[in-house]
Amino acid sequence: MSKNSKARRNKLGLIGWLGGGRYGFERYAYTLHRITGLALLVYFVMHIFVTGARIGGSEAWQTTMERYETPFFKLGEFLVFLAFAFHALNGVRLGLAELGVALGKPQRPVYPYRVSIHRQRPLFIAVMIVAALIMILGGADFYLLGH
Amino acid sequence: MESNESADKTVLFEVLRYNPDKDKSPVMQQYKVPLQKGITVLDGLVWIKENLDASLSWRSSCRMGVCGSCGMFINGLPRLACNNQIVHINPEKITVKPLPNFDIIRDLVPDLEGFFQKHRSVKPYLIRKEIDELDHPTGEFFQSPEELVNYIQFAYCIKCGLCLSACPTVATDERYTGPQALAQALRYNSDSRDEGAKEREAAVYSGSGVWRCHFAGACSQVCPKGVDPAMAIQLLKKDIVLKKLRLRKYQHGTGVLPKTEEWKENPKIPKAPAPTV
Repeated sequence: MSKNSKARRNKLGLIGWLGGGRYGFERYAYTLHRITGLALLVYFVMHIFVTGARIGGSEAWQTTMERYETPFFKLGEFLVFLAFAFHALNGVRLGLAELGVALGKPQRPVYPYRVSIHRQRPLFIAVMIVAALIMILGGADFYLLGH
Repeated sequence: MESNESADKTVLFEVLRYNPDKDKSPVMQQYKVPLQKGITVLDGLVWIKENLDASLSWRSSCRMGVCGSCGMFINGLPRLACNNQIVHINPEKITVKPLPNFDIIRDLVPDLEGFFQKHRSVKPYLIRKEIDELDHPTGEFFQSPEELVNYIQFAYCIKCGLCLSACPTVATDERYTGPQALAQALRYNSDSRDEGAKEREAAVYSGSGVWRCHFAGACSQVCPKGVDPAMAIQLLKKDIVLKKLRLRKYQHGTGVLPKTEEWKENPKIPKAPAPTV
């Protein structure tokens, strides 16, 4: 916050957090990683609440499970699976980057600058391809092979 | 300015105006600027100030991407106004706003006070254990060209603030130390003459430090000097992990070079001429 009382606030706030703007793919991955993370957290809470029905005996469990076997909840479950596939694979990339993998080494900057974000892009593309494959296989399992 | 075929063409400048004494909120004002060969966004602003509106305010100094004063939000990206030509951005329309995530003092002038406080918080200077040598130096600390390459990239920082404008974490978390300051922490931690990594830990690894970064990479993308703060932050994370696992030790700074008298003179190298003053 400025010491200058007349200065006008110019924080981007949530728009800056959510909007990828004209930045790279990784900036969009950042937003998606956080949103999927929050979504998975909400799911886990709901999951514990729903499976908690088992305490009420096998009948209560059966009734609860039947209640959630609708196309709406199936789609919801599939979306959770997509979120999981993206979050897990992107998380692997972030974990590797935090250990310095695929970033390259510090070097004298020579224009046009090629920075770590460019050097790690093959890793980003590779994990996204694996995530997409898992999503496709999951989709086939959810909707084609049936439960 | 040199005239050419495109001298009759104009470019529309849309500039954010805000005068804290008069305006309740910022407004966008439009100006038409003659488009000439090689004209930069900064040249356009200077033309507006000289010919259309003397009250337009911004900060600039060197005009060559060295001083870091003229950081602005130009056509959707934080850039230096001085080293971006209008024809390379959009020859039809240029939108100029002050750097986001910094308070606006007036028009295009951002308040960088907090930014410099964060910079100071990581102790961006060489720290040595032997104070005597710093107060009463007996020589130069040794550094090889290879050791120089470990940090020279991060030493190119011109403190323009573009990285903080681009950072999505800074957008919501005011306390986050930010890419500029953290890159400077690595710059000094990686310097073979430095022994201050432990002293910097409080600022670098606090709740508002490196762990708030999730590698969006926007900082490195917009840096006009190729500093790569995103890499610096990941290397700081790696460093503390290795140190906590006892796979890496804290650095002992390199020693002082032997005194000149102790060197053997090389007869093949001609002697320096006698001082003239």
